[in-house]
Amino acid sequence: MKEIVIISGKGGTGKTSITASFAVLGGNNAVVADCDVDAADMHLLMQPDFDFSEDFYSGELATIDANNCIRCNKCAKVCRFGAISIRSMQYVIDPLSCEGCGYCARVCPTEAITNKNRLAGKWYISNIKTGSIMVHARLGIGADNSGKLVAKVKNEARDIAFEERKDIILVDGSPGVGCPVVSSLSGANFVVLVTEPSVSGLHDLKRVYELVKKFKIKAGCIINKSDVNPKKRDEIVGFLAEENIVHLADLPYDENFTSAMTQGQTIVEYDQNSIKTLLTSSWERIKQLVINQNHNR
Amino acid sequence: MTNSPARIAIASGKGGTGKTTLATNLAAYIAEQEEVVLVDLDVEEPNSGLFFKGDLIHEESNFKMIPQWDEPKCTFCGLCQKVCNFHAVLQLGPTILVFPELCHSCYACSELCPTDALPMISKRTGKLSDFRINNLHFVESRLDVGEEQAVPTISKTKQYSNENYAHLRIEIYDCPPGTSCPVIEATKNADFVILITEPTPFGLHDLTLAIETMRTLKKPMGVVVNRYGIGNDAVIDYCQKENITILAKIPNSRRIAELYSSGKLIYQEIPEVKELLSNILDYCLKASKGDIE
Repeated sequence: MKEIVIISGKGGTGKTSITASFAVLGGNNAVVADCDVDAADMHLLMQPDFDFSEDFYSGELATIDANNCIRCNKCAKVCRFGAISIRSMQYVIDPLSCEGCGYCARVCPTEAITNKNRLAGKWYISNIKTGSIMVHARLGIGADNSGKLVAKVKNEARDIAFEERKDIILVDGSPGVGCPVVSSLSGANFVVLVTEPSVSGLHDLKRVYELVKKFKIKAGCIINKSDVNPKKRDEIVGFLAEENIVHLADLPYDENFTSAMTQGQTIVEYDQNSIKTLLTSSWERIKQLVINQNHNR
Repeated sequence: MTNSPARIAIASGKGGTGKTTLATNLAAYIAEQEEVVLVDLDVEEPNSGLFFKGDLIHEESNFKMIPQWDEPKCTFCGLCQKVCNFHAVLQLGPTILVFPELCHSCYACSELCPTDALPMISKRTGKLSDFRINNLHFVESRLDVGEEQAVPTISKTKQYSNENYAHLRIEIYDCPPGTSCPVIEATKNADFVILITEPTPFGLHDLTLAIETMRTLKKPMGVVVNRYGIGNDAVIDYCQKENITILAKIPNSRRIAELYSSGKLIYQEIPEVKELLSNILDYCLKASKGDIE
């Protein structure tokens, strides 16, 4: 069982469209994990049936029982997150600011504060159009702990892949370099970096690759919209060579990506020509690299 | 309140829809007339600075506070481990272990320790820089790679800008993508939120989440549709149905993509965009004063 994670650093480079294409190419042998739980979009292309769903609780949230509150102000004094305020003579907790540390409840002399488990989102197991299974999620508005929901989605996908004897787990990661990305990288066998030839694309690629290096995971890169700025494209290729990252493909700027999306299709279903050929050979190359890695170990 | 700047936050839900493009162009456009500050709060992947070459005015490290074990004072009572909801403090035999990446800096272990054996110390998490390009002040923070928590850095960066640029009329925030805690932190003090999206199914889906988030925060908002002309009309229809003002439609154009890719400002080359910026700014300023319902 091999785990392939697709990330980008910068958002909007085509990460999800490319992951969805690989899911189609991988067919029923690839379990999909949409770990971009903040702005999960894979389901729009995969026709999921939401076969199973469950609430996801993570962390805690303080609440004040006004009847027991003697307004001593101790809770507000210890809260480092500015989550406790006085509204019409009553102490109240702002759920968006509360981090659930529980300090307030510990110093409350009348036990007026209790901590409850916080509903952080929902996660799903779906049958999808590739004949395989997708694990996906939706993070609650403003929820903390997206890293934990990512871990949940990944672990469920691993269990399913193991039980169903699937060889591949495809993970759609989130933008950035913070906690959800760290969480989606842990335990991965191969990373596909999707970038674009722009100052931001290269800048973010370098940062996110710094993170990948910390995990010592082998990586390949797809340069999307490669013809928008040939000079930047060459700069990226130089960076890839320097860092020993496999240059998987250059994809030309193509509005068929969007046209496919508006029809709920991946680009490899919609376009029968150049992009499909490029992505298919990238996918074969990735599989080869992942398998070879096995021999080397 | 009357003297504090109008804070305009630019956010999106989906990444790569044009937050940084809009933030940098809007700030530079305003700077043609008056002093303005642009604050890059996308601390995981800050990009706004790629569009400006200015003089570095000030630089400082960002820190977070974490407890540090003071062994001789410790009585191994176990309270620190018990009070930490994040499992960041662990008592292992005759040792107290602190996991800085799990710590939320709540101070509970430190302040509740009966023998003061866990004083709080600062740990570097990244760097804040303040640049000046004529009328434009540009403040950014970047998280050190490997640091996971963006929220304290975002909060600190806003605070820096508030302390130094409260006398200006307009403050612009370039926010991180998504709808989770970093976005909340970046937008919660804003007077007006611009949500920028593209007219595609992904754009629409993430826009609905972003709108829901801003409604939870009770923020006045407007939508800018970028790359208008690709995809379909579903985003426009949705905004009309939800009664959300569309501030501008920036046309889909390869020329814009090329300018952006080279780190150039767009409005200076494309007059049409300049006019759109002027409309967006007018609306934002009126709305943040409460003149538009």
